[in-house]
Amino acid sequence: MTQKYLIPLAAVFLLFLVAYTGAGAGLGWFFGIVVPYLAIIAFLVGFVIKVMGWAASAVPFKIPTTCGQQKSLPWIKQNRIDNPDTTLGVFLRMLLEIFTFRSLFRNTKAAFNRNASKRIIYSWEIFLWVGALAFHYAFLVVLLRHFRFFTAPVPQVIQFLEALDGIVQVGLPGLFLSGVILAAATLFLLARRMYDAKVRYISQASDYFPLFLILGIAATGISMRYFTKVDVTGIKEMTMGLVTFSPVIPDGIGGLFYAHLFLVSILFAYFPASKLMHLGGVFLSPTRNTANDTRAKRHVNPWNYDVPIHTYQDYEDHFRDKMIEAGLPVDKKE
Amino acid sequence: MTKNMIMGGLAVFVLAVLSPFWFNMVTTTQAAPEPELLGPAKEARKCVLDKYDMRANHMSLLDEWRDAVVRDADRIYVAANGKSFNMSLSTGENSCLGCHADKAKFCDSCHTYTSVDPYCWECHTNPKEIE
Repeated sequence: MTQKYLIPLAAVFLLFLVAYTGAGAGLGWFFGIVVPYLAIIAFLVGFVIKVMGWAASAVPFKIPTTCGQQKSLPWIKQNRIDNPDTTLGVFLRMLLEIFTFRSLFRNTKAAFNRNASKRIIYSWEIFLWVGALAFHYAFLVVLLRHFRFFTAPVPQVIQFLEALDGIVQVGLPGLFLSGVILAAATLFLLARRMYDAKVRYISQASDYFPLFLILGIAATGISMRYFTKVDVTGIKEMTMGLVTFSPVIPDGIGGLFYAHLFLVSILFAYFPASKLMHLGGVFLSPTRNTANDTRAKRHVNPWNYDVPIHTYQDYEDHFRDKMIEAGLPVDKKE
Repeated sequence: MTKNMIMGGLAVFVLAVLSPFWFNMVTTTQAAPEPELLGPAKEARKCVLDKYDMRANHMSLLDEWRDAVVRDADRIYVAANGKSFNMSLSTGENSCLGCHADKAKFCDSCHTYTSVDPYCWECHTNPKEIE
């Protein structure tokens, strides 16, 4: 069981060291220019191919998972969002799913009762939802904040986000709450996989690797901002060079930044091949994005194609004489 | 989900991912500033720390200075290069702004460029503004 997280952990350390030492050995252009461009290409191409593949896949059955009263007789109240029969209902349901992870909110856990009866009991388990929500929103804020490195002048909305994120005004440079929440939530999601026996049993290396990678990214980023320090103007010169297609490698940036950038590039390049594709997949789950209207509208399986079929009428035509001879009932006597 | 909806969503996503690239094409992009050494700093050529160290660490240094001055009344900083400095942001000839004459060109150019909004100036004033 241990190798399932030791190998991803070692891999992330190795990737960190490769970039850290590589940049120190004069390969700054490789880790600062070549890798980021390749990563963004790999990310976009991989993402598009994956989603196109999903778009081309058949939805043979209408399989909404319902969590409320179906549309029924007029005097029975329907749950329009949890059991939608209209596009509006489906839209609202998807909105709540994407922005508030509603299905995760309903998460339950099974455990044996602690008293003598030892009965299995199911209880509401909210912490995965809390952790996931904290993680995703903190990551979103961190991602948006990084637009200060890709725009000059920096748009007001990004500055406002930074001001809001740094509202506690602790230390100098000021503490950003999103960084703390991101690191804490990632550690929680990791601890859950490691210490909850049931989750550990179903966790694979591909579950641990993104967590360690994101932890590495957060750790290097936090270190650069609060502890080891970097020349931010120099770094922005470099990132602006990347997005305006005139890449430069300024002096005095330091290996830690290249390690951070390399881990981010790995995350981007790895993204389309990983479980992180739930970013695109959440929009395409047939259990969520289909309306429960199968009794009102016929859903045709696209797999149904023209096959030569042998109906009962044909069968009877074929064997009528023999059937009458054997005394079997037939539809047509002649 | 119809195929058109999926393709539309995918196009929006690709555009969003590429936003740093096209945003800089449709707007005018400000070039990276070069902090200008004006006033006494031009001749002195000796700051409290080395150039890149200073670029990365000046905010922590100022934070430490503030605590040293306010809590311990310790006002003299002896730098690694042997020179001593008055731990002050804006008062006197031997302070940060006493040497680096132009706040707008020295401090603000980089801070604006990197969207940093230090709250130094909520208490301190730029000595040039008083005159």
